[in-house]
Amino acid sequence: MTKPTRRHVLGIYGERLAADYLTSIGYEVLERNWRCGIGEIDLIARDKDRWVFVEVKTRNGAGYGTPFEAITDAKMNRLRRLVGEWCRICQVAGVQVRIDAIAVLIDNGQVKLEHLKQVF
Amino acid sequence: MALAKTKAVALFGLNGTLIDVEADISSNLPNFILVGLPDASLSEATSRVRAACTNSGLSLPGRRITVNLSPASVPKRGSSFDLAIAVSVLAASGALNQEAAGEWLHVGELALDGSIRGVNGVLPSLLAAKELGWSRFIVPNENLAEAEVIEEIEVFGFDHLTQVASFHGSDVQPLAAGNEAKINREQQSNQLCYSDVLGQPEVIESMVVAATGGHHLLMVGSPGSGKTMVAERLPSILPRLTAEQAIETAAVESLSGLPAGISFDAPFRAPHHNSSASSLIGGGLSVPRPGLISMAHNGVLFLDEAPEFQQPALEALRQPLEAGEVFISRAAGVARFPARFQLIMAANPCPCGYAWDPTKRCKCVEPVKSRYLNRLSGPLLDRIDISLRVNNVPKAMQKERGPVSSQLRERVTAARDFGAARLAKTPWRLNAQVPGAYLRRQWKPNGNATAALDKALERGLLSMRGYDRCIRLAYSIADLEQVASPTAEHIARAMYLRGTELG
Repeated sequence: MTKPTRRHVLGIYGERLAADYLTSIGYEVLERNWRCGIGEIDLIARDKDRWVFVEVKTRNGAGYGTPFEAITDAKMNRLRRLVGEWCRICQVAGVQVRIDAIAVLIDNGQVKLEHLKQVF
Repeated sequence: MALAKTKAVALFGLNGTLIDVEADISSNLPNFILVGLPDASLSEATSRVRAACTNSGLSLPGRRITVNLSPASVPKRGSSFDLAIAVSVLAASGALNQEAAGEWLHVGELALDGSIRGVNGVLPSLLAAKELGWSRFIVPNENLAEAEVIEEIEVFGFDHLTQVASFHGSDVQPLAAGNEAKINREQQSNQLCYSDVLGQPEVIESMVVAATGGHHLLMVGSPGSGKTMVAERLPSILPRLTAEQAIETAAVESLSGLPAGISFDAPFRAPHHNSSASSLIGGGLSVPRPGLISMAHNGVLFLDEAPEFQQPALEALRQPLEAGEVFISRAAGVARFPARFQLIMAANPCPCGYAWDPTKRCKCVEPVKSRYLNRLSGPLLDRIDISLRVNNVPKAMQKERGPVSSQLRERVTAARDFGAARLAKTPWRLNAQVPGAYLRRQWKPNGNATAALDKALERGLLSMRGYDRCIRLAYSIADLEQVASPTAEHIARAMYLRGTELG
């Protein structure tokens, strides 16, 4: 792998913050940056008996709107397919799943984190 | 979960439906969804509302916004819902007072910078909403003049979204509108006067009779004899519209996007002879739109060069002339538009125009000549009470100015008042509207005033219909002289005005 770019670093930093946050509210983080042929799931966690798949979006400055606005319909559709793919590969069936989104906004050194549950 | 509601109105023809605009902000990925049967131009409202709010410093929440227009079964179109959508969304997000927003009905289109643009149909929208029991309105400042015509309602005009937000209790700084261009509300009063017409006293006097009874009129004469001038000045002697009539006419004009405001002068519409039947009667692609005859409601429809009009366009006028209203049916439904107008037609006697001119030679061959005026069909001419021959003005009379319109209007108004007593017990308001059967039974002129008419009828010079028409005209002439029952002299004049050569 080539040297990570600035944007890359920001994303990795945001994902770490999100994972810490989920742990702090009692979720069990199972996997980070799970990849397959279709793409990548940022975080997979467990909220009691529910499997939670999380898309993390990190932004530096709010000049272009909230980070959530960068999660387009296409991305959501891919995430949905990824969830099916993950269940197939890991042979998980008959469980309840949920897709969440977390926005990490870094603005003038201040970090703001927002968590939306059950986005579909 | 945040929820807020405000009101808007959906217009179909001149009828409206009150619409609840409900906004919900749910905790989900940012999206702006508009449901409730919007058409293409209304679906675009989401983009306009988003930009207008952001650029006015009223930020929208980064969540999913769902706006519902209820009742969802009523089709909605156009950009006039923008303001209501913006207000409901801002109220749902807590940027302004929810209760205040719910108490008002909003009409207006938003520009991307947040200024509020005027829309068509504000007057009929508000009239319809008032009918349905709503009384508090916020409209674009551009449309305030027409909205203020309606009595017993509260209405405010605003230029910018921030002004509305601050009116509803937001702490945003109200901005002035970005677009400075304002519609000039000063009504260009129609200052035409019959004193401009030189040497046509008889024709003008005939116009006075036509104005008194609301009679449809046809003028035939050489080019340059003053037909158009005389016709254009008819509104200057028609009685001023009542408030009710003025609002009816202004409602149709507002729907057609004509300059806002109300006028108490009778409207005058002169379509070009190229006009299609649907431009006259009304049309529209999927949604009915009023035609020129409805814009001439309570006023004058002037067809200059009448034989040059397309046959279907002329024939289409027959039914509305009878009914005083027109029903336009399109894919989206049927709309009724009022169309009680006075028809004035002008024609040349032949295509070159000089058939009756003693000084110039007519170049038309006989078949062409006879075919020309025949384009005005019998059924259409049947509805014309007055047929005039307009001659060129002789040199000796070219200095003679016509009477002043304001004096003529006084005469017409006095005559109508005089006739009103007779018409009071009938469903008709003008002499021209009284049908023949009723005329013969109830309004038989006294004594042997009709002797000349009866003779003409016996000899076959006059049809029954022509007979009725003469009586009708005679009443208008008698009203002008404040005589209760027409005399033999009035009837003789009526026979002259009715014309002979032209049906």
